[in-house]
Amino acid sequence: MSAVGDHRPPRVSPLNDPRVRSIAYQVVLCAVILFLVWGAVDNAIDNLARARIASGFGFWNATAGFDISQTLIEYSTTSTYGRAFWVGLLNTLLVAAFGIVFATILGFMIGIMRLSRNFLVSRLAAGYVELIRNLPILLQLLFWYNAVLKALPELRDSILIPGGGFLNNRGLFLPQPVAEPGFDAVALAFVAGICGAVAYRIWARRRQQRTGAQAPVLMVALALVVGLPVVAFFAAGSPLEFVYPDRGRFNIRGGIEVLPEFVALLFGLVIYTAAFIAEAVRAGIMAVSHGQTEAAYSLGLRPGPALRLVVIPQAMRVIIPPLTNQYLNLTKNSSLAVAIGYPDLVQVFTGTVLNQTGQAVETVAITMAVYLTISLVTSLFMNWYNARIALVER
Amino acid sequence: MDTADTMPATARRAAEIAFVRAATEEPLPPPLTQSGAIGWIRENLFSTPLNIALTLVSIALIVWVMPPLIQYMFINAVWTGADRDACLVSIEHPVVGACWAFVRERFAYFIYGFYPISERWRVDAFLAMLVVGIVWLAWLRAPRRDIGAAYFFVVMPAVSYILLSGWPLIGLSKVETSFWGGLLVTVVVAAVGIVVSLPIGILLALGRRSQMPAVRLFSVIVIEFVRGVPLITVLFMASVMLPLFVPDTWSPDKLLRALVGVALFTSAYMAEVVRAGLQAIPKGQYEGAMAVGLGYWQMMRLIVLPQALRVTIPNIVNSYISLFKDTTLVFIVGIFDFLRTIEAARIDPKWATPTTSTTGYAFAAVFYFICCYLMSRYARNMEARLATGHKR
Amino acid sequence: MGDSVIMKRVFALTIVAAAAAFAATAASAQTLNTVKSRGVLHCGANGTLAGFGLPDAQGAWTGLDVDFCRALAAAIFNDPAKIKFVPLTAKDRFTALQSGDVDVLARNTTWTSSRDTQLGLNFTGVNYYDGQGFMVRKALKVNSALELNDAAICVQQGTTTELNLADYFRANKMKLKTVTFASANEAVKAYDAGRCDAYTTDASGLYAERLRTVKPDDHIVLPEIISKEPLGPSARHGDDQWFDIVKWTHYAMVIAEELNVTKANVDEMVKSDNPEIKRLLGSEGKHGEALGLTNDWAYRIIKHLGNYGEIFEKNVGQASALKISRGLNALWTKGGLQYAPPIR
Repeated sequence: MSAVGDHRPPRVSPLNDPRVRSIAYQVVLCAVILFLVWGAVDNAIDNLARARIASGFGFWNATAGFDISQTLIEYSTTSTYGRAFWVGLLNTLLVAAFGIVFATILGFMIGIMRLSRNFLVSRLAAGYVELIRNLPILLQLLFWYNAVLKALPELRDSILIPGGGFLNNRGLFLPQPVAEPGFDAVALAFVAGICGAVAYRIWARRRQQRTGAQAPVLMVALALVVGLPVVAFFAAGSPLEFVYPDRGRFNIRGGIEVLPEFVALLFGLVIYTAAFIAEAVRAGIMAVSHGQTEAAYSLGLRPGPALRLVVIPQAMRVIIPPLTNQYLNLTKNSSLAVAIGYPDLVQVFTGTVLNQTGQAVETVAITMAVYLTISLVTSLFMNWYNARIALVER
Repeated sequence: MDTADTMPATARRAAEIAFVRAATEEPLPPPLTQSGAIGWIRENLFSTPLNIALTLVSIALIVWVMPPLIQYMFINAVWTGADRDACLVSIEHPVVGACWAFVRERFAYFIYGFYPISERWRVDAFLAMLVVGIVWLAWLRAPRRDIGAAYFFVVMPAVSYILLSGWPLIGLSKVETSFWGGLLVTVVVAAVGIVVSLPIGILLALGRRSQMPAVRLFSVIVIEFVRGVPLITVLFMASVMLPLFVPDTWSPDKLLRALVGVALFTSAYMAEVVRAGLQAIPKGQYEGAMAVGLGYWQMMRLIVLPQALRVTIPNIVNSYISLFKDTTLVFIVGIFDFLRTIEAARIDPKWATPTTSTTGYAFAAVFYFICCYLMSRYARNMEARLATGHKR
Repeated sequence: MGDSVIMKRVFALTIVAAAAAFAATAASAQTLNTVKSRGVLHCGANGTLAGFGLPDAQGAWTGLDVDFCRALAAAIFNDPAKIKFVPLTAKDRFTALQSGDVDVLARNTTWTSSRDTQLGLNFTGVNYYDGQGFMVRKALKVNSALELNDAAICVQQGTTTELNLADYFRANKMKLKTVTFASANEAVKAYDAGRCDAYTTDASGLYAERLRTVKPDDHIVLPEIISKEPLGPSARHGDDQWFDIVKWTHYAMVIAEELNVTKANVDEMVKSDNPEIKRLLGSEGKHGEALGLTNDWAYRIIKHLGNYGEIFEKNVGQASALKISRGLNALWTKGGLQYAPPIR
C-alpha cells in the first residue's frame, strides 16, 4: 500500500516487544536469585561468626577419634575425618552394589512371574508388588532390623551354618577364603578363560556370517570360563585355605563378618526395589507387540532365538531407563541406613562428623555433592546409552 | 438378498423329510473337563509339567505363609490388657500372637502425639475438613469442583493453620508444633506437600520448557539438583542449614523446616511429571492458542494446562503416593510423625514383650497400605477412564 | 522532577529496610529482652532421659535440667510455666542453640574446651558432675571394664561418649567393636535385644536407661568411670548479660542449699537476719537489678522450685526411681564439688 521497500513493522512500544520483555523478566529473575543467595550467604557468615563456628575444610585432616563398625579400608580411631568420609562412601557403594545385583535378579523374576499364564503365580507376584510398593521403605527397614534380625538367637545359641558359619543377632559369620601361594595360577586361568571365550565368540560370529553354520557359543564359553580355573585349581593342589570363624568370649573372631545392619539394609532395599523393577520389566515386555513375535516365528526363528533376538532387545529399550532410575533410587535410599545404624556415608558423615565438628554447611554440602555426582554420572551414561540404542527411523 | 424367498422353500422341504432337522441344534456345552471350574484350573494351573511344578510351589508358599500369619494376627492375638503382662506367655495364652492391646492403649498417642487432650477436637475437625476436600476433588462428578479446588488450595490451609496452631484472639489457645505428633503430623506433612508441590511443580515445569535461557537454566538446576540427592539430605539441609541462611530472629520452627524440605523435594518430582504432560500436548494446540491471540499465561491457563494436567492425573497421584510414603523420613530429623510415635511406644518398657515390635509395625503397615492402596486404585481408575478417551 | 521523587522514595524505603534489619540484629544480641518480649523462655532439653529431661504422655516435663530451665523462667517471669521445652537430640542440640531456636541449652551436655570455644557455646556452670561408665548383663560375669576386650559396645553417635570410648580402649590396648545409633533410645534397645555386650553413656544415664530395659535387675553398672563429664547448661556466645543470668540461676540454688533455704521455709527466711540470706533473697542490696532482673529473683526460684538439693533429690536422688546418691554432687561442705561464689 505504502511506498515500495517500506517493510518496517509498525512501531511497538518497547514494553510490548516480546524480546525486551523476555530480557527484562530474566534480569528480574537473576536479580531476585542473586539477592536471595547474597542474603543467605551474608546471614550464614553473620550467624556462623556470632556462634563462632569454624568454617572451611580444615577439619578434613583432623583426627576423627571415633570408631566405625564396618570398614573396607584401613581405619582406626586415630584416622582423619577425611578417611572416615572414604569409609562411609565405600560402605554406601558396597550396599548399593550388592543391592543392585540382587534387586535386578529378584525384580526380573517377579516381573516375569507376573506375566505367567499360571494364575496362582501371576497373582502371587502381583500381590508381592502391590504390598511392597505401598509400604514406606523406612517401615520395611525398621521391620527387618528390629523385628526379624533381633529375633535371631544370641551368641551362645548361634545357628550353625553347614560349612563352618554362624548366624546370630550379632550378624552372619562365614569362613574367609585365604589365597595360598599358587593361587595365582587359578586367577590366571580365569583371565585366560575369559579371553578364550571372547575369541571363540568372535570366531563363531565370523564363521556364521561366512557360511551360516552356528556354533554352541554359550556352552563353550562356560566351559572355558568355569572349567579352566577349576582344572588349574586342582592342578595347583587346591591352594585355598579357609579361616573359620571361632567363638571368643564375647564375639566371634575371624572369618567374614556381615553386620546385621548390613543384612537388614540389603534385605529392605532389595525387596523394595525389586517390586519397582518387576513393574518396569512387565511394562517393557508388554510394550513389545505380539506381532513382533509372530513375525519372528514366520521368519522361521524358534521360540528361544525369537525371544533372544527379537523380543528382549526391544523390551530392554523400554526397560533400561526406568531400571537405571531404580538403581539410582536404591543408591539414594541406602541413606536410610542412618535409621538402623549401618555406617554409610550419611550416617558417618552427616551424622557423626557433623556432630563432632559442628560444621553443618560443609558436611551436608559434601554429602550432597557425592550423591549428585553419582546421579549425574549415571544420567550421562544413560543419555549415551539411549542415543546408542534409540530406534533409528528411516 | 435372495435368501429371503428361498428360505421358506428349504424349510418346507425340510419339514417334509422327517429325519432332517428344521432348525439348528444348540451346540452342546464343552466337556466338563474343558470348561467351568475344572477346565479353568486345567488351563491355568496344570497345563504343562512346568506349570504344575509352579502351581505346587505357589500352593506350598501360600500354605507356609497364610495360616501362621492369620493365627498370629487374629487367632492368637491379645486384644485387651493394661500392660505387658497381658501379652506375655501365660496359662491363658500359651501362644501369644500380635499384642493389639498395646495398639489400643496407645491409639490416642499414635493419632494426636502430645496434642493437649482438651484441644484434640481441633485435630478431628482438621481431619474432617481434609477428608471433605479430598472427596470433593477426587470425585469427578461432585458439584462445583472449581469451588472445591479453591477450598482445597486456599481456604482449607488457612483455616487448618489457625485451627491447629491456635489463635488466642478467637479463643483458640496456642499449641506449639512440638506438641503435635502421630498421624496428625504425617497428615500435615503430606497435605502441605500436596498443596504446595503442584503449583510450584507447574511453575518449574513451565520454566524448564521456557524460551528464556535464564529461566530454563534456573529450573533445570533446581529440578536436577533436588532429584539427584536423597530426601534425607534435603531434610538435613532444611533442618540444619536453613536456620543459618535466614536472619537469626526468624528461627523457623522445626516442623516448618521439615515442611520446606518435603515441599521442595516433591515439587521437583512434580515438575517432571507435569513436564511429561506438557510434552504430550500436540504442538498444534500451542499454535492454535497463539493464533487466536492468547498471551502466554492465557494460553497455559485456558488451553495447555487443562489438557496436560488431565492426562497426568494418574502420575500426579502416583507421586502423591511416593510423597505419602516419604513423609516417614521426617522421623530421622527428629519429628514425631506416625511411624516415630510407633517406634517410641515400641521401646517403652511398659509394653516390652517379644511381639510388641511386630505388632506396632503391622499396625503401621496396615495404615500406610490402606492409604497408598486407595490412592493407587484411584490412579488406575483415572488411567482407565482417560485411556477410553484416546482409544479409536 | 518525577524522577527525583521516585529516587527519594526508593532511598527512604532502603533506609527503612536497612534500619529494620539493623534493629532486628541488634535485638537478637539482647537475649533477655527477646525472652521478655516473647513472654516465653525457650529451653533446649533432652526429652528422652529420665531424671534429666523427659515429658510424660500428657506432655508434662520432669527432670533436673528441666527444673533448671523452670528456675530460669521463674527468675525472669516469676512464673516457671512460661517456658517452652524443645526436645533436642544429641545431634541437633548445638545447632539449635546457635541458630537461636532455644535461649538456653540444658540437655546433660558435657563441658569441653572445643565446645566452649569452637561451637559458640558458653557453659555457665556444672549442675551435675558425671562420668562415663558401662552397663553389662549380669550373666556375662564381667566385673571390670578392662575385661571388655573385643566386646561389642552400643553407643550413641556424635557424643563425647563415643570419643571417650575409643580413647579408653586405645589407652588400654583393647580391641573395640562399636555399634552406633542416632539416639540413646535405639542404642539401649539394641543393647537390650542382645546386639551388644555393653552399653556406655554417662553413669547417671546408665541408671536411667537401666530402668528402660525389659528386666532392669539383669544388668549391672561397672565400677569404672572412664571420663570426666561435667554436665551443665549453656548459652550462646556474645551475650554477657544473658550468660550471667543463666550462671547465677544455678549458683542461687546452690547457695540456697548451703544456707538451708528451702521451698517450704523461704517465706520465713525472708525475715531472717543473716546478711547472706538477705542478699540472696533480695531484702538487702540490688544484686538482682545488676543482673537485669528484679531483686527478688532468687526468692522466686526457691519459692517455685526449691534449692539445688531439693531439685536433685526429687529428680534423680532417693525420691526418684533412679536413686542416685549425691556423691560428687554433694555440697563442698559435705565432701562434694558443688560450690558457689558468694552473692555480695
